[in-house]
Order: sequence, then structure tokens, then C-alpha cells
Amino acid sequence: MTTHTQTGTVTDIAELRRLSARTRQLILETVHHAGAGHVGGPLSVADILVNLYFNRLRIDPENPGDPARDRCILSKGHSSIALYTVLALRGYLPVEELATFDAIDSRLQGHPDLRALPGLDMSTGSLGQGLSPGIGMALGARLAKLDFHTWVILGDGEIQEGQIWEAAFVASRYRLHNLTAIVDYNRLPQFGWPDASGFTRDEPIDDPGGKFAAFGWNVIEIDGHDHDALGGAFDAAVAHRDGPTVIVAHTIKGKGISFMEHEYNWHATPPDEQQLADAVAELQGALA
Amino acid sequence: MSATQTLLATEPRNAGVREAWGEGLVALGNRYANLVVLDGDLANSTKADLFAAAHPDRFFEMGIAEQNMLGVAAGLATTGYVPWISTFAAFVAKRALDQIRVVIAQPSLNVKMCGAYSGILPSKTGKTHQSVEDLAVFRAMPHVVTIAPADAVELQAAMAAMMEDVRPTYLRVTRDASPVIFADDYVFEFGKAHLLRRGSDLGIVGTGVQTVRALEAAELLEAEGISAAVLHVPTLKPLDVDAICDLAAATGLIVTAEDHSIIGGLGSAVAEVLSEHIPTRMRRVGLQDTYGESGPNDALLEKYGLTPRHVADAGLELLALKAGAKATGK
Ligand SMILES: Cc1ncc(C[n+]2csc(CCOP(=O)(O)OP(=O)(O)O)c2C)c(N)n1
Repeated sequence: MTTHTQTGTVTDIAELRRLSARTRQLILETVHHAGAGHVGGPLSVADILVNLYFNRLRIDPENPGDPARDRCILSKGHSSIALYTVLALRGYLPVEELATFDAIDSRLQGHPDLRALPGLDMSTGSLGQGLSPGIGMALGARLAKLDFHTWVILGDGEIQEGQIWEAAFVASRYRLHNLTAIVDYNRLPQFGWPDASGFTRDEPIDDPGGKFAAFGWNVIEIDGHDHDALGGAFDAAVAHRDGPTVIVAHTIKGKGISFMEHEYNWHATPPDEQQLADAVAELQGALA
Repeated sequence: MSATQTLLATEPRNAGVREAWGEGLVALGNRYANLVVLDGDLANSTKADLFAAAHPDRFFEMGIAEQNMLGVAAGLATTGYVPWISTFAAFVAKRALDQIRVVIAQPSLNVKMCGAYSGILPSKTGKTHQSVEDLAVFRAMPHVVTIAPADAVELQAAMAAMMEDVRPTYLRVTRDASPVIFADDYVFEFGKAHLLRRGSDLGIVGTGVQTVRALEAAELLEAEGISAAVLHVPTLKPLDVDAICDLAAATGLIVTAEDHSIIGGLGSAVAEVLSEHIPTRMRRVGLQDTYGESGPNDALLEKYGLTPRHVADAGLELLALKAGAKATGK
């Protein structure tokens, strides 16, 4: 049974899984239609976004500018199509509008543009920048005595950027318990670090949780494709009152499509007609 | 174009520019509950420490981490606060530039980026702490208002206007005390240049504290029998195109004066305007595509060609060229 509350919240695990599959299908169809766009990262982060937007964030698509709303920054902005898809399913824009992704005059810019589409909380696209505005929002909440929570989604390749660690240090100094970072830990960036063989890839950064812990963060490690675990980690992050939390979500780049998983060449390659049909069949088979 | 003599102070006096900035922040902090200050470990240099003492709950030390600081400012701006940045011009304009581009300029968020110790006089600290390209950088960024006040009075007037404006803004602040040229009731207007002195032989266009030296240059020229007008341009963007063209039409020769590289700053801005609207022979006084070095103020101004004498000489050179052209019929 699905449990939609009046604000559109979904807690039922089977329904969340259906939403994830629908999100993945729309991502692939949209990128195929646009003939451009990222694939591996959006598939990797899909479950995180679905669970946040349907199960966690206190938001209202009818009132996207509400000062008291929870904030969400997709710092790995190249996965924009995943965010646009979830926002569409959540009621921020018509699902048909996804067909304008990357087209001229579209609200759905290649990377999220704060001014283009209601529901976006920050412009991103230049990696490493999203955690800092998250700190600003968390400080703003504290100053204004609002209890909203700020969520920032980072890529594991992205956290090679130095600014992330400037931000990690400052968030911890201000003990910002109203700020949670989620690392989409899929162990592949774009080209990556070739290992000795030259054919496979070493992960861009090892043990991100340990590194955040060294900066004073509360660390939670989970399977980032398990809706039960995601919901539990989000609860635990909000309940933690002694400084910021990072959720290290262990994920798979290209998740859900066997021939895309763990394959860095699917970072930003649009699927052709046949590949799209195969992928959709796989997604539907997994739900059956 | 009318000479605005009433704008000018009548009594000569000096005033600290960074002190005026710190005191200005305190006063605006009293008026605006949403004004916050972010500091990059330089508050006792920039004088943001005055604000920290007056409004400790709205002062946020961000440590020596400028990229993060500008990003934090963007986040605060989305929650209705107006962040003012306290660091040196050299660092705000370059160390955090991509952050400014993506999360402040592109979404046009209301962040007030202040560059202290601007120009080449940051107290003997040399080229790492001087900033000779900050105006060029910010002027080239879409959406960013770029201001270089001439003195402490104009600085505070600009700050007051900035709080009533929602655009991302760069405000250039110098370190040392300097002569006050504007009267206390001066009102700042975005995009408005001021004719400070009438003249017919030559027009001098100044920005920032170089306007003070431009006025001195006009005095030197007057003693030599030459009538030089002085136009002060406090906002490089938006630029007062009409005032610059009017000055060129009235004088026929233009010298620009800035404590900044002649590439990309005031000299470039004026050349762009004149060559499009009213081609005019000109000279650009400023740093000639070079970085500075450490040294006492007087020695730096002399070596890098920024004294009133240098400005006056550039004018004389133009007048000589004009006379030569007349003589040879060109
Ligand atoms: C500052 C910056 N450098 C480089 C890029 C180009 N780029 C886009 S995505 C990407 C790889 C990101 O890897 P990761 O953060 O792990 O994301 P995911 O694998 O989840 O897609 C790169 C290098 C960028 N957008 N920004």
C-alpha cells in the first residue's frame, strides 16, 4: 500500500522503489532524447534523491520559496537530470517538460540554475562548491531561528576539490547539526585514476568517511541504493545534535542497468535506441 | 554636464578609509538587522573588527579559506541576509573567483564583496598583497556592480546605497588615510560620474583615490596655464557613458588616472566608450601591464608613474601632440 500524506510524502518502501525505477527510466529517455547529458552519475544518485524528496524534505511544490522549507543542494550538478526528474515526479514541473532538457530557452539547464527553475536551492556545476552555500543556509537558519535542515549531495570525485575541506572544517567549527552532506560514493569520477594495468580505475578518494571524521563530522555509512537504509540514515542525521553529519552512501555508477554499472565510459554517453530499450526492459524486469 | 562644486568639501582634511569602512558597517548594522559580515582572518586589518565588537552575533569568522567564505556568503544571501566580505582585494578577486562566478555572479545573489588594501599601497607588503587587476576582473563579470570610491565620505555613501540595492557588488577599499574631497552630505548614485572641476584644454578622468591625484594634477597644469577638467568615475560598472562623452566633446583630449593596470580598468573602459561614440586621443595613466613591489607609498607612486606629476605630464604630452598635428596640418 502506498502512503501518500497530504504533502506528497511517501514512506512505503515498495513505492519508493517504483519511483526510483521510474526516475531511472525517465533519466535514460531524456538523455537519449536530448542526445547529450550524464548517465552514470544520475543513475547512481537516483535513490538518494527519490528518498530525500519523497520521504524526507519538508517542502511544498506549491510554495517553492517558503523560507522555512528544507534545502537541498545537488553539488554534483552534472547529475541535474536526476534532480529535474525527481522534481517533476514530485510536482514542481510537468513530466513532459523533461523533453526540453538542454534545449534552448529551457528551465532545465545542463547544470542547475537557481534562477531558472523554482525548486532549485543553489546553482551548481563547477564541482566542489555546493557544501559552502549549504553552510551559509545552515547559518542563516540558525540566525533566523528557523528549524529547516540543509542537505548537500556530493560526488566522491568531487570531494577531491580543496574547497570541500575548507567547508568541512568550517561546518564543524560552527557545529552545524542542521547540515548534512551525502557522498554518492560510487568510486568512479569521469576519467579517473588509471591503475597499473591502465584498463581499470582506482577510486578517486579512499575512505571519505574517515576523512570527514577527522574534521569532526558525525559519519554514517550505508548502502545508497537501499531505501530502508537511506530513510534510517536521514533520520539519524537529523537526530544528531552535535555537529554536522556526513552520510557516505555506497553506490554503483550506472546503477540498475547491467551494462552501464561500474563503467566509467557511461559517465556522459547517451544510450542509443537499442540500448535504451534494453535498459528499460531491465528496469521493468527488476520491479516484476 | 554641470560642475558640481557643492559636492566638494570646503575644509582640507584626511580621513582613514578602512576605519570609515569598519565604522560604516557598524552603523549600517544598527540600521539593518539582516547585515552580516564574513571575515577571512583579517578583521583587524580591514577594520571589520569594529563590527565584530558591535554585532558579535552577526560576525562570522571563516578562517583563511576564501573559496569557502564566498560560497557561504551565497548561501546566506538565499536566506535573506546580506553578507559583506572582509578580506584583501588581492584575495577576493582571484582566490575565490570561480566561486564568485558560479554562486554569486551567475545567480545574481546579493553579496557585498569588499576588497581591502586595494591598489599598490597595502603598506609595504608587495605584489602578493597589491591588487592591480581587481577592477578588470569584476568589471568583466556580468551582473557585478563595480565601485571604487575616492575617499572616506564617498565610501560610506556608497555603502549606504549598496544596502538599498540587491545586486552583487564589488567595493574597492584602500588601506591608508587619504584627503577627503567630498562634502559630508554627498549622496552616492550608481552609474553617476561627477565633474569635479571645469576645464577646456584637457579632460582628466579618475577613479578611486587616483581622482584625488587627478585634482592635484589639474592644479599643477593650471599653474602652467592649462585648463584641465576632472571627472570622477566611482562606478566602473554601470559606467556613466554620457558624462565621459560630454567631457571628450568639451575638451578633445582625455587622460585617465587609476591605481590599477591600464588593461581592463578605467583606462580600458573609457577607451571603449570613446572609440565607439566619439573617438578621442587619450593617454592612460596607471600600472603599465606590470605588478608592483614593496616599498614606501611615495616611492611606489613615483616608480609606477601614479603621481599628480605623471598625470599632468600625460596631459602635456597630448597637448604637444595636438599642437604638432596642427602645425603639420594633420
Ligand atoms: C571544477 C570542475 N572540474 C571538472 C569538472 C568536469 N566534471 C564533470 S563531472 C566530473 C566527474 C565527477 O565525478 P564524481 O564527483 O565522482 O561524480 P559521479 O561519478 O557521481 O558522476 C568532472 C571531472 C567540473 N564540472 N567541475
